[in-house]
Amino acid sequence: MTQSAARLDIEDRGGATVLVVSGHLDAAAAGLLWRQAMRPARRAGQLLFDLSGVEFCDMSGAALLLAAEAAHGQPAALIGASPRITDLLQRARATVTPAPPPTSTRKVWLGPRALAAFNDGAAFLGEVMVALFRLPSRTRMLRLPDLLRYADQAGVRAIPLVLLLGYLMGLILAFQSAVPMRRFGADLYVANLVAISLLRELGPLLSAVILAGRTGSAFAAEIGSMKVNQEVDALVTMSLDPVTMLVLPRLIAAMLVMPALALALDLAGLLGMATVMNAFGYPLVTIAHQVQGAATATDLFGGLFKGTCFGSAIAVIGCRAGLRTGVGPRAVGQAATSAVVGGIVATIFLDGLFAVLFYRLGL
Amino acid sequence: MNAVRVNGAAQRFGTRTIFRDVSFDVATGEVFVILGGSGCGKSTLLHQLIGLLPPTAGDIEVLGHRITGREGAAGRRAMQQEIGVMFQSGALFGSMNLLENVMLPLEMFTDLPPDGRAAVARVKLGLVGLGHAIALMPAEISGGMAKRAGIARAMAMDPPLLFLDEPSAGLDPITSAEIDRLLLNLRDDLGTTFVVVTHELASILAIADRCVMLDRNAYPDAGGVIAMGNPKTLRDESTHPMVRAFFRREIPSSKAKAREAS
Repeated sequence: MTQSAARLDIEDRGGATVLVVSGHLDAAAAGLLWRQAMRPARRAGQLLFDLSGVEFCDMSGAALLLAAEAAHGQPAALIGASPRITDLLQRARATVTPAPPPTSTRKVWLGPRALAAFNDGAAFLGEVMVALFRLPSRTRMLRLPDLLRYADQAGVRAIPLVLLLGYLMGLILAFQSAVPMRRFGADLYVANLVAISLLRELGPLLSAVILAGRTGSAFAAEIGSMKVNQEVDALVTMSLDPVTMLVLPRLIAAMLVMPALALALDLAGLLGMATVMNAFGYPLVTIAHQVQGAATATDLFGGLFKGTCFGSAIAVIGCRAGLRTGVGPRAVGQAATSAVVGGIVATIFLDGLFAVLFYRLGL
Repeated sequence: MNAVRVNGAAQRFGTRTIFRDVSFDVATGEVFVILGGSGCGKSTLLHQLIGLLPPTAGDIEVLGHRITGREGAAGRRAMQQEIGVMFQSGALFGSMNLLENVMLPLEMFTDLPPDGRAAVARVKLGLVGLGHAIALMPAEISGGMAKRAGIARAMAMDPPLLFLDEPSAGLDPITSAEIDRLLLNLRDDLGTTFVVVTHELASILAIADRCVMLDRNAYPDAGGVIAMGNPKTLRDESTHPMVRAFFRREIPSSKAKAREAS
């Protein structure tokens, strides 16, 4: 049987506005007729529905008629409605509940929110410090298999990426600086430039960015999922400290692997630089001699120390984002995003502090 | 002696009062059920009892530890070492298999050697019918198995008081009956006290010695307790329309009247 298309005519019968509906009144038809029905309903002095031509009406059709009635402000009388449609409309009317009052749109100022976030961050840092001090009496809660798993996830599995990026970075830095420096006959000093910038700055900084992207987000997502699945609640009710069980192994793993990642990136970068310099005609012995003369142990160990600090900041920020996860799967995504953003911002902020500190210390 | 004492507990979230003036005692060795319709605050009350949510008003004492007020934090820590909790989803640790999940509390709080821990955990998993699944990861098991493993983990340390959140919701009738039987056996054999949150009528009638019924419209402005006592007595004798409707699986007269009026 073919369905006749729904149709709406507006008639004026003795001062009353009549919405004459006919055909198959389903969700698709309600969508087509919605705007057409609301305007006359809103303006009508008295509203009537003539439903004698309606072949079929579902709940969406009933919702259209009720919405027109609500726009009018008073119940509308029915003309020619079949008993089935009359019953359907009655049932639909019984389900209508008044819309809840709009939630207050209080202005939230950036300042207080930033202050609250800072306070929350400081409180979490305090919790981590307390957990660290109490660790000797809670060694059972720090599970070695977990720590090794996180170290593997954050360190060993990141090595190929770190080596690739380090090599490319050394290659690009050397090539970009060699071209202008060659004009002044100073292209040999490219080795000095790349070695110092890699060991002091780029090695720890780039490894930290990789750690924040790969591991900080993973920490936040893992702990966030545990929070959503009530696993964190389960730990609390088992009298186990979530910070000691979940945060400390990740923090220690990140602090352990970061110097190794930074060192791997340094070496790969130096290899990339040596490739370019060698292509420019310098023998490897000369390049190695030049690097030895330019970079000191302070540059190397200062960089590795910075890497350890960056790693701890990224781990703490990632774990905090996870433990502060709200409800639902979207919250886990938000936690992962804030872990990456927070980790990178904290790394660059700390790097600025270290620049000033090292300058003051004459390093 | 009472295992749990609740006096005038209330919970507010912002301007919304979930419930207020909730008071009841749970006797040692009793199976006590918190029941009520969806959204009446059953799980919120459970979170208060297990120390995850401080009530906005009222006093709560669990196993002799006062977990509210100024010294509440110390009381909560002491109480949490003596209780077992099964969460609605099981809340198993995803990185450990079922055996490791049950072994975790034993590893943390006992000096049992690894093979001793494994033996105890196997017994607990066997009790809930999961002796064959000890090596499976939580992601590899069904919702019902996760609930049963959650019960096994909650029982790992043989706590004198167990809190269970919807232990039989979403399970087939046979598994649900098995869990009910397990609770009653534990109560009879070990004297374990149970506080169970559920709205499964068959389960309530099968296991509960006493129950408290919450309703979100107990007061004009808030939810609260509308009935307390033995569930079979409440089913047969209560005159409260919501209690009668709940036990007889009917639409409450207030809702029916509202529909008729509209």
